[in-house]
Amino acid sequence: MPPSTSSDLTLSVNGEKYTLTVDHRTTLLDALRERLEMTGTKKGCDQGQCGACTILLDGRRSLACLQLAVAAEGREVTTIEGVAEGERLHPVQQAFLDLDGFQCGYCTPGQICSAIAVIEEHAAGWPSAVTGDVRPEAGPPPLTPEEIRERMSGNLCRCGAYVSIVQAVARAAEETKGAAA
Amino acid sequence: MREFGYQRAYDVSGAVALLDGDGEARFLGGGTNLVDLMKTGVERPARLVDVRELPLNRVEPAEDGGLRIGATVTNSDLAAHPEVRRRYPALAQAVLAGASGQLRNMATVGGNLLQRTRCGYFADVTSPCNKRDPGSGCPAITGEHHNHAVLGASGHCVATHPSDMGVALAALDASVSYETAAGAGELPLADFYLPVGETPHLETALPPGALITGVTLPANDTAANSRYRKVRERASYAFAIGSVAAALDVRDGHVHDVRLAFGAVASRPWRARTAESALTGGPADAEHFAAAADAELAAARPLPHNGYKVTLMRNLVVAVLSELAEETAR
Repeated sequence: MPPSTSSDLTLSVNGEKYTLTVDHRTTLLDALRERLEMTGTKKGCDQGQCGACTILLDGRRSLACLQLAVAAEGREVTTIEGVAEGERLHPVQQAFLDLDGFQCGYCTPGQICSAIAVIEEHAAGWPSAVTGDVRPEAGPPPLTPEEIRERMSGNLCRCGAYVSIVQAVARAAEETKGAAA
Repeated sequence: MREFGYQRAYDVSGAVALLDGDGEARFLGGGTNLVDLMKTGVERPARLVDVRELPLNRVEPAEDGGLRIGATVTNSDLAAHPEVRRRYPALAQAVLAGASGQLRNMATVGGNLLQRTRCGYFADVTSPCNKRDPGSGCPAITGEHHNHAVLGASGHCVATHPSDMGVALAALDASVSYETAAGAGELPLADFYLPVGETPHLETALPPGALITGVTLPANDTAANSRYRKVRERASYAFAIGSVAAALDVRDGHVHDVRLAFGAVASRPWRARTAESALTGGPADAEHFAAAADAELAAARPLPHNGYKVTLMRNLVVAVLSELAEETAR
């Protein structure tokens, strides 16, 4: 007997459970946009090259276009719709607004989800490709513009709002650090 | 995309049993390469066995003092691991040089080893390609090949292996563990990838139906002084056009121990043993580094549009070894 090509599954998105039947070919991106009507997550290239579909999967930034929905069952999905606390914007959202970290806005949900994770990854001491000395004894690198550009390099912006994006990520990181201290 | 069945495995023997040696089934790890290839029709599995939840997500001390890396450890966790960064910095640097933060969070060590070439003809199902469709031809040899192989290629295929991680693993003498229905096995990374020859569609020495369970790095004091350097056509988030992983121990101005591997120049991570032999015991200076690189690259057979790689690799070897020699002298 050929294997079933669809499954009933429960997705956990922004703290809510959703039960749906999906064809196994459905990506998490299409499930969010077409089935759950959460269109904040954007479809850019649909092949893992642009970052527009960035979401958080179990708190880690991931690409919803290369994630099969059926394989996301049991994991916690956070989308741009879930990062604010009620009416209070996430510090990264506020920084993008205050510093004009966008022009057309299409890549912005992905940029913001990615930036939220960048700040957490840096706070956890993760090095990057531009970190001079990756040994743990060297300590975490300062979150310089060069570090931000490297860490955000998986998110393309066709409007070229990069200068403001780097400033917004830097400010949000400073605020997050201040709030934690 | 072809319709497919989906099953999730929770232990190694269960995963191997679910796959059952079925040539139309594939293990699914992070999916960053496989799902992309399924969308374009290069891969058309009838069934996926999801192995992401197998209990292989740890980096642990190995018996001989080395490190054992589970197959489902993500690239992110590997590059962030303190022991990897302290004892095998070239490996952390290689992983960090690959893809983007999002992809590194999804991608697994086992999947990284099995990722496919980014040759444009391989990715385009309307083109002939001996790797995808054996016997159909190789348009790259007379076509677009500026980022194709200069070492170890054949008249049947000139594609490169795209992994950064694999280049560091090749330099650091890693071995790959796997499981089949008949039991466990292990392959040195040097024997893991098959020569291209007339069979570019046969890429690894893994037995049919085998599941990669992990990678072991042997204890190696030289590895603490190691480095990965990658050259690409933009500053970040691009595949290499050439890369070098190197580990170096210099004593009294002479090379006591050296490990050297090249990326983006061959169908597999290229361990540069000819250069290593030429270097060992000789003076640790730029002149001898260049001569050793030339000895290795004497085997290069560039095509009309990728001859630059020979010069690039020579200069990379000299730069990386010079930096490492300077650091050991401190």
